Amino acid sequence: MTVTDTLPAPGPNARKPEPIVRVRDAYRDYPMGKETVHALRGVSLEIAPCDNVAIVGPSGCGKSTLLNLMGVVDRPSRGQVLIEGRDAGAMRDREATEFRLRHIGFVFQRFYLMAMLTARENVELPMAEAGVASAERAARARELLDYVGLGARERHRPGELSGGEQQRVAIARALANRPALLLADEPTGELDVRTGAEIIDLFRRLNRDGTAVVVVTHDAELAAAAWRTIHMRDGQIVSQPAR
Amino acid sequence: MIRALAAASLRRHPARTALAILGVAVAGALLLDMVMLGSGMRESFRRFLLVQNFQLRIAPKGTLPMDTEATIDSASAILRTLHTNPDIVAVTPVLGAQIHVLQGARALTSFAVGIDQSTEADYQLETGANVALPDRIVANAAFFKVMHVAIGDTVDAVTGFDPQLRTYVGRRKLVLVGQGRFFYTSAEQPVAAVPLATMQAMGGPQRADRVSLVLARVRDSANADSAAAWVDRVIPRVTTISTDAALRQVDERMGYFRQLAVILAAVSLVVGFLLVTTLVTVSVNERLGEIAVMRAIGVRRGRIVQQIVLEGVALSLIGAAGGLALGLVTARYLNAILSDFPGLPSTFHFFLFQPVAAVRSLGLLVLAGILAGAYPAWRAASLPIAGTLRREAIA
Repeated sequence: MTVTDTLPAPGPNARKPEPIVRVRDAYRDYPMGKETVHALRGVSLEIAPCDNVAIVGPSGCGKSTLLNLMGVVDRPSRGQVLIEGRDAGAMRDREATEFRLRHIGFVFQRFYLMAMLTARENVELPMAEAGVASAERAARARELLDYVGLGARERHRPGELSGGEQQRVAIARALANRPALLLADEPTGELDVRTGAEIIDLFRRLNRDGTAVVVVTHDAELAAAAWRTIHMRDGQIVSQPAR
Repeated sequence: MIRALAAASLRRHPARTALAILGVAVAGALLLDMVMLGSGMRESFRRFLLVQNFQLRIAPKGTLPMDTEATIDSASAILRTLHTNPDIVAVTPVLGAQIHVLQGARALTSFAVGIDQSTEADYQLETGANVALPDRIVANAAFFKVMHVAIGDTVDAVTGFDPQLRTYVGRRKLVLVGQGRFFYTSAEQPVAAVPLATMQAMGGPQRADRVSLVLARVRDSANADSAAAWVDRVIPRVTTISTDAALRQVDERMGYFRQLAVILAAVSLVVGFLLVTTLVTVSVNERLGEIAVMRAIGVRRGRIVQQIVLEGVALSLIGAAGGLALGLVTARYLNAILSDFPGLPSTFHFFLFQPVAAVRSLGLLVLAGILAGAYPAWRAASLPIAGTLRREAIA
């Protein structure tokens, strides 16, 4: 068993596979006070398996909103978001939760680890939710912590880890249930340059091992590490290289 | 894992958690004490009345048992009449009076009851022997202490002081044969029991064949109220009160007291509920981002509710356990203070621990804890994930 259930690395010239994410003319409006914010205005994109995409753009341009739609934590006001062929907008809360648990990994800017749990327990959390047996999830958590270079720190709590280490634990947690898609929102936003570079390397390795990675970032180095960079402005995609 | 998270969440702010538990414990203790007080006095009174399982008390017409010096004449005839009712299986007459124990120029006073030697209706023998023969006397510890006597001593007892003749009506040498615990008098009050015939003889012609009270035991399957009504009908010069009727009177007279206990118990429940709600709400509000992330990574809404409710349950359970201990200690202390009230029988308790009532009331507190956790839990788990994450990011 490999850490990410390795798929053959496609490389830039590989045959074009079916996309795992397909966003079609998606709009997202939400109320803010008396006004309505048009966070997304007719966005369309596709993410292939093993894709490595960076979404960049100024603050408030809709990057995180788009990521939330792809992560099935939000629904489009109009348009369609298909993840692995399933319409995210049509899923009920329970289905969406189950879908996120098994198909999507999330990494956040602020890590959001459970402060009172150890690194290993944090990684075990999604597996426990998925009903993985205790011994199996402990073994997989160790394997994942080894993968992110924190095998020796499994018993440490988040407070005892550096920011970079915490983010690596968060990445290991995101990979716990072998998701096909990893979504990261400003994953290097709270890290120094050197630590950020380690995270970039880790994402690259993850992607090589078969996980589609989509990052929202202001970090030019992280964006440069992706195969494709999607530029957004005012809720729209302004440039998007072909996949 | 959910249990671990709930425990971890409570450990996150140990001082706050400890204070909340203490608060719930105090509320629980108050609740328990009020339940013990509210139902305890009544139950204690019931046990007090039924201590020797006599359900009927037959007193002179219009009086309460032993409330006045009034007596019932022709006691033998009354006892015979009572025996004609098949529902009445045992009767025991009691004649109460003041006796004076002469010690040189001094006369020390005690209350005494003349009893039927065959039943220990008024006391439980602790040491020595019963008053099986005439001119024998059994007394309580206070009597022995006040009179400076011991078992085997003979006391010079008199009764019925005549102020015109400046003499006593009856005088007897009584042999102290035993020490007993008297059910219906306070522990500090000297009290003694002598055979009924001795007591009647000491009272002179005025007390011949007279009693202050007749206790009657009714067959288990019979209705004591019906038996009481029968006695009142057949013997018009007496008033009969059954235990149930006495308890009804107690309920009426103590209604206000019990209402107060219920109100204070309800207040303590509300306080416990608010404490847990406040703590859980504060704790949840601090963790909105964390909860949104848990939801984002696929933790079910119900599981989050479960975790937060578990926190409330843990607080309530630990608080209830503390409340049980604290409540018992304070009840014991308060009972000791109230029981020292002059004239109260030693068998009477204000706070009575009844396991079922305690479990029920503390169970109610735990239920309040569950409800207290449920709302903030559901609210937190129902927050839109994306919106919450966005707000957290801005914050």
